Amino acid sequence: MKDKYIVSSAPHVHDKTTIPMVMWNVVIALIPALVFAVYYWGLRALVLTLLGAISAVVTEAAIQKLRKVPVSVSDGSAFLTGLLLAYNIHAGAPLWLPIAGSVFAIAVGKQVFGGLGNNPVNPALLGRAFLLASWPTLMTAGWVKPRTGTLSGISNVDDIALNLQSVSPKAYELVTGATPLKVVQSLRDSSFVASINSSATEGVDIANRIFTNITEMGSLKNLFWGNIGGCIGEVSAFALLLGAAYLLYKNIIEWRIPLFYVGTVFVLSFLFGPIKGSGYSMMLPFFHIFSGGLMLGAFFMATDYTTTPLTKNGRIIFAIGCGLLTVVIRLVGGYPEGVSYSILFMNVMTPLIDKFTVPKAFGRIKK
Amino acid sequence: MRLRTFPGGVHPHDEKHYSASSPITLAPLPAKVTIHVSQHIGSPSSPVVAVGDEVKTGQLIAEASGFVSLNQHASISGKVTAIDRFPHPCGTSSLAIQITGDGEDKWVELADEADYMNLSATEMKSRIAAAGICGMGGAGFPTNVKLSPPEDKPIDTVILNGVECEPFLTSDYRLMMEHADEIISGLKLIMKTVNARQGIIGIEANKPDAMALMEKKLKGEANLEVIGLKLRYPQGAEKQLIYAATRRKVPAGGLPMAVGVVVQNVGTAFAVYEAIRYRKPLIDRIISITGEGIKKPSNLQARIGTAFSELVEFCGGASMEIGKLISGGPMMGFALPSLDASMGKGSSGLLLFGKKAARLLDEKSCLRCARCVDVCPMNLLPSLIASAVKYKDLDKAVEAGLNDCMKCGSCSYVCPAQIRLVQWIDTGKIRYTEAQRAKK
Repeated sequence: MKDKYIVSSAPHVHDKTTIPMVMWNVVIALIPALVFAVYYWGLRALVLTLLGAISAVVTEAAIQKLRKVPVSVSDGSAFLTGLLLAYNIHAGAPLWLPIAGSVFAIAVGKQVFGGLGNNPVNPALLGRAFLLASWPTLMTAGWVKPRTGTLSGISNVDDIALNLQSVSPKAYELVTGATPLKVVQSLRDSSFVASINSSATEGVDIANRIFTNITEMGSLKNLFWGNIGGCIGEVSAFALLLGAAYLLYKNIIEWRIPLFYVGTVFVLSFLFGPIKGSGYSMMLPFFHIFSGGLMLGAFFMATDYTTTPLTKNGRIIFAIGCGLLTVVIRLVGGYPEGVSYSILFMNVMTPLIDKFTVPKAFGRIKK
Repeated sequence: MRLRTFPGGVHPHDEKHYSASSPITLAPLPAKVTIHVSQHIGSPSSPVVAVGDEVKTGQLIAEASGFVSLNQHASISGKVTAIDRFPHPCGTSSLAIQITGDGEDKWVELADEADYMNLSATEMKSRIAAAGICGMGGAGFPTNVKLSPPEDKPIDTVILNGVECEPFLTSDYRLMMEHADEIISGLKLIMKTVNARQGIIGIEANKPDAMALMEKKLKGEANLEVIGLKLRYPQGAEKQLIYAATRRKVPAGGLPMAVGVVVQNVGTAFAVYEAIRYRKPLIDRIISITGEGIKKPSNLQARIGTAFSELVEFCGGASMEIGKLISGGPMMGFALPSLDASMGKGSSGLLLFGKKAARLLDEKSCLRCARCVDVCPMNLLPSLIASAVKYKDLDKAVEAGLNDCMKCGSCSYVCPAQIRLVQWIDTGKIRYTEAQRAKK
């Protein structure tokens, strides 16, 4: 036989999508958020982010060398994990913090299980949980104000603060020194409200005034653009939505998880979000979906391929579960924010969800 | 026209531009043909000639050896020079009858039945069986068997498959453009054999001229219609086509007759027409010789058994260094090691790919991205089947849908880790068959 052609199994044509293409596209989609962070906090945000991403890449390469498996850092997955980890840190954090987080995320979150595709939970979120457990004060205190705004994002904060300074030092401290979700969490806490003022009715009144202010249009705008205190990559809902639109357009993420996740948070926070005496408001659910890590979580973390269900119905269950837990943690839990723990918890549930949502094959009758 | 479709599927570039505008050309009479006794689903045909026999074009050389089997005919006149194993268009080798031509193409006597539309259904089916016709879209199920459903399964609808959803292939398209009348007659004949009241021709949206032509020809025919289908692979798969055209779901493991439908390829309808009207056996078909690597992409009317090398030569030869040779379409076709094989009744195309297009990519580990799940037209979990097969857990593979898979290739096509899902699933199917056999 003089002619020898390649013999392989069909199909003989392939879509252009590859793993590196997927990963680097997600990185591209996350760049707008970084641009906003650098605008608000300067180059320190960029340095922290790069330290996170690069240490993730170095850790992955080193462990792959030790494991004597091909080094695959060019596929972008480690870079992405490091990037996401750093996005969960605020701009006032020490420079070694993202490095510690990334090393843990890659080593314990990913490589221990055999690398890409085998990790049970999202490595970046595991890294964040590790940092939060190990250095809670570094992670939750020392927030830096954005160059153009305030920590709480309350639009007329100066007026309110001036007003509060004499009446209640505690409330003053809250509106000037806490992130939006922390403000809302405190206002939901009855012992905090009781301590606002010696008069109980006055305390409830002040709490309600702050609550109304933080959910009015001007404050929501700050929240939407990211003109608030928060983690590097989480603050700007606008920037994250821009990136998410790109990923949806490129068919890299699928609509089910973000839609049901954000939708669940929206509905539940409308129903259960009001504080004592505030009444229902259409602004409140918007406050909840644009605040904290929800946009980053719903579009970039809960859509992680490896740790989310394979089946379409499974993805819907997963997303509703994430939304439910997020709202529960935010409204009744001990933390102001619950996105990362919700996703981690649902990651662990994924094998179970997959098991119970095996789809019915075309033409099969349900047993 | 409102386009219809099915859930799932992929959008490969259709690549029809290579050969779509090239009219059907008669390939030169081959010097030699190799006719396989197994080019259909069912038991192989039994040779009825011996080495040294003189045969005429259209003469029976191997007969059906059971209910699901097929007659084979000499496609040229000449002398039987070998009955031996030869390379098969599916990439294997199997028993075939080789005829060395005398260059004269002396035919057996054909007929021209004036009143062919009014023959009895039994007579029609016996002519189809005699002509050795099998499904010409690729699978090759004997047509007369498909047209003989049990009495408790009445057929009300015949669908002609003019979808041609495999990229590159244009043989059905050219046939529809150049032989629309014959195809429509074939449809009517098939409807008569099964006593169906409704006839549908399904055509994909990338062939608007074929759709328009067929619609024009069917004007005034109350029970015949053209159905336009969205450009989506595998639109031409039997169950997906039936669902798109009639919204009926063929039960898993069942045949289209379970929902009162028979599907035939347009090429088969053309062959049925020729068999019933002229008693012409199936000795030639249209084949697209196409791809980036052929000098003159063509649609040839060629004799069954013609060596692929002769067809390539007639199309001007290769235009670049060839990396891969595919018998059939790029999604489900077979890669051949050489040009030595010869075309069969199911050969709809021969594709020549250059070195770059032939490059094989390494399998990476599964990301669980679920792209395969999202595109599977059978609603299965391809990545789970594949990994179950890999780790030799056949029960789990069956649970994830091993036996429902039709190997359309959509999952492998989209896999960003380039996992050869269909290959794993195919391995699983073979192991499953072996395991079932061992149980008996």
